[in-house]
Amino acid sequence: MKIHEFQAKAILAKYGVPVPRGEVADTLPEAAEAAKTLLAHGATGVVVKAQIHAGGRGKGGGVKVVRNLADAEAAAQKILGMQLVTHQTGPQGQKVQRLLIEETASIDRELYLGIVLDRAIGKFVFMASKAGGMEIEEVAAKDPTAIIKEVIDPAIGLAAYQGRNLAFALGLKPSQVNQAVAFFQALYKAFIETDASLLEINPFITTTDDKLFALDAKMTFDDNALYRHPEIKGLRDLAEEDPLEVEASKYALNYIKLDGSIACMVNGAGLAMATMDIIQYAGGSPANFLDVGGGATQDQIEHAFEILLSDKNVKAIFINIFGGILRVDRLATGVVAAARKLNVTLPIVLRLEGTNVEEGRQILKESGLNFEVGSTMKEAADLVVAAAKVVA
Amino acid sequence: MSVLVDKNTRLIVQGITGKEGTFHAKGAADYGTVVVGGVTPGKGGTIHEGWPVFNTVAEAVEKTGANATVIFVPPPFAADAILEAEDAGLPLIVCITEGIPTLDMVKVWSKIKGSASRLIGPNCPGVISPGKAKIGIMPARIHLEGSVGIVSKSGTLTYEAVHQLTQRGIGQSTAIGIGGDPIIGTTHIDALKLLNEDPDTEAIIMIGEIGGAAEEAAAAYVKEFVRKPVVGFIAGQTAPPGRRMGHAGAIISGGQGTAAEKMKAMRDAGIHVVVSPADIGAKLAEVIGR
Repeated sequence: MKIHEFQAKAILAKYGVPVPRGEVADTLPEAAEAAKTLLAHGATGVVVKAQIHAGGRGKGGGVKVVRNLADAEAAAQKILGMQLVTHQTGPQGQKVQRLLIEETASIDRELYLGIVLDRAIGKFVFMASKAGGMEIEEVAAKDPTAIIKEVIDPAIGLAAYQGRNLAFALGLKPSQVNQAVAFFQALYKAFIETDASLLEINPFITTTDDKLFALDAKMTFDDNALYRHPEIKGLRDLAEEDPLEVEASKYALNYIKLDGSIACMVNGAGLAMATMDIIQYAGGSPANFLDVGGGATQDQIEHAFEILLSDKNVKAIFINIFGGILRVDRLATGVVAAARKLNVTLPIVLRLEGTNVEEGRQILKESGLNFEVGSTMKEAADLVVAAAKVVA
Repeated sequence: MSVLVDKNTRLIVQGITGKEGTFHAKGAADYGTVVVGGVTPGKGGTIHEGWPVFNTVAEAVEKTGANATVIFVPPPFAADAILEAEDAGLPLIVCITEGIPTLDMVKVWSKIKGSASRLIGPNCPGVISPGKAKIGIMPARIHLEGSVGIVSKSGTLTYEAVHQLTQRGIGQSTAIGIGGDPIIGTTHIDALKLLNEDPDTEAIIMIGEIGGAAEEAAAAYVKEFVRKPVVGFIAGQTAPPGRRMGHAGAIISGGQGTAAEKMKAMRDAGIHVVVSPADIGAKLAEVIGR
């Protein structure tokens, strides 16, 4: 689960990580008030920052540094409500519904900090780089040695000496090292205690008066651990997510919207990905990823249909079920009932395997609905691609 | 022959009194697996569906001589169940549970890595040696005894590969579902090593998916050590970056973990990579001359 920068900074501040003073604003008057307060309390400038889940906000025009109240108001006016396009939002962009107004800092150096899981060794890794403010992936691709890593023993946590290793490798001044160690350890504590899956401070800055700040903060959380963090679960911003994906999550359906015209309903994540692949291979393009899971009750199938059909790009539906435990006849009954109830007119191609597969096919045939059945995955993929072309 | 499970397997089920545990304990026993009992804390001393239930894994092992366990414990308690099984000295631990927090697995892994216990999963369908025994949730009837080993992160995609083989009359030695989580006890390399060293496995199917770099590492292993024919497939060739495709591990991030990279590494290692999942069985038949 993703959260906003202002939410991440609030969490980090609780753990003692220094963040710039700032306030969140949902409206222009609130933004003006926040800027006024900061300027009145000694800020030499303010930053107006769009709060959306995607990165690359600065390049897209969602971040403005200003020196006075009038400019702050103008910047807020421009950014709030804009459709912000970044490399992570897709071409349609994301509407800015909220701003973070922060005091500026007198930046000396811009650095990078991150904590992620290294899957190969099964441990969390603390990363740091002198190349702050840049996309860390680009830094890593260009020069992997530019990223300094400390592997964290889960029983010990980030040891002080590891913090010093990072601080010295970053070229911090001796007067900054102790501060930095406390900063890094606080980040790690925040990461572990919230079951985060990613924490990035980019940039992590040093100021001309030797202070350290998290100028930006990105945190994402392990969905599997949200059950033990109700306070973090409450930070979810549904407005930032695709409405169909939000709807799907209510019914324990694993749905991701894509741009193609062939909707897929599959059991199992691997098979669902493979189904998307085979559609493409057959000359079509998938409209979504959808894993209905191992159970696939009639209720779930009905909701899955509703979600697939509300995507207006969809021209045909591909149902690919490999029933392990699942009985195919029961599934077929569910599909027929759901298609009738929702009055589905688009062509539906099914590929079913599993227990009672013959009875299942019979049920589909006798329904009189617009079903086609492929006997193999390939045949079904060819059928559905052809069907989508006819509808288009 | 086969690897991991066979007629000598003596299985206990952690979470045997639950719905899933009961259902799959019966499924395993019906297939011929020797199921010797189960564990549900607080229900020790009772008999469930004819099997003795114990309060602790240690007690179950002591009383039944179990040498393998399968875990059907809900996610918040599953990491603990793995630790308990390892502490009881079980050589094989198969964890089916989906949705264990990563942090829990980081702790588990730091404890059991390098121990005498082999963990399969979590979030996996389990292991089957057709005609001998099965530990897990896979549908037994699609399998056929034979000599093709299979390793895969995905359950239903494993079934797909098995089905394609069985329809051609090609049997399987052992199918290992290693699981779709970021931290798993047995990786592609570990499973390939087992299948490579099994004298009765003559060919291998390796199914991977986007995310991480385990397939690349496995390809390097194949290049150096495996002389048996290997057919490979990577799911998620059309997946967009930054989106988690169902499995917690299936995500392309930072430009790493793409299907294209993995397929290239596998091809460079001499693995017969198929682009379409429908061609897995046909390609295997072709490379073994059937």
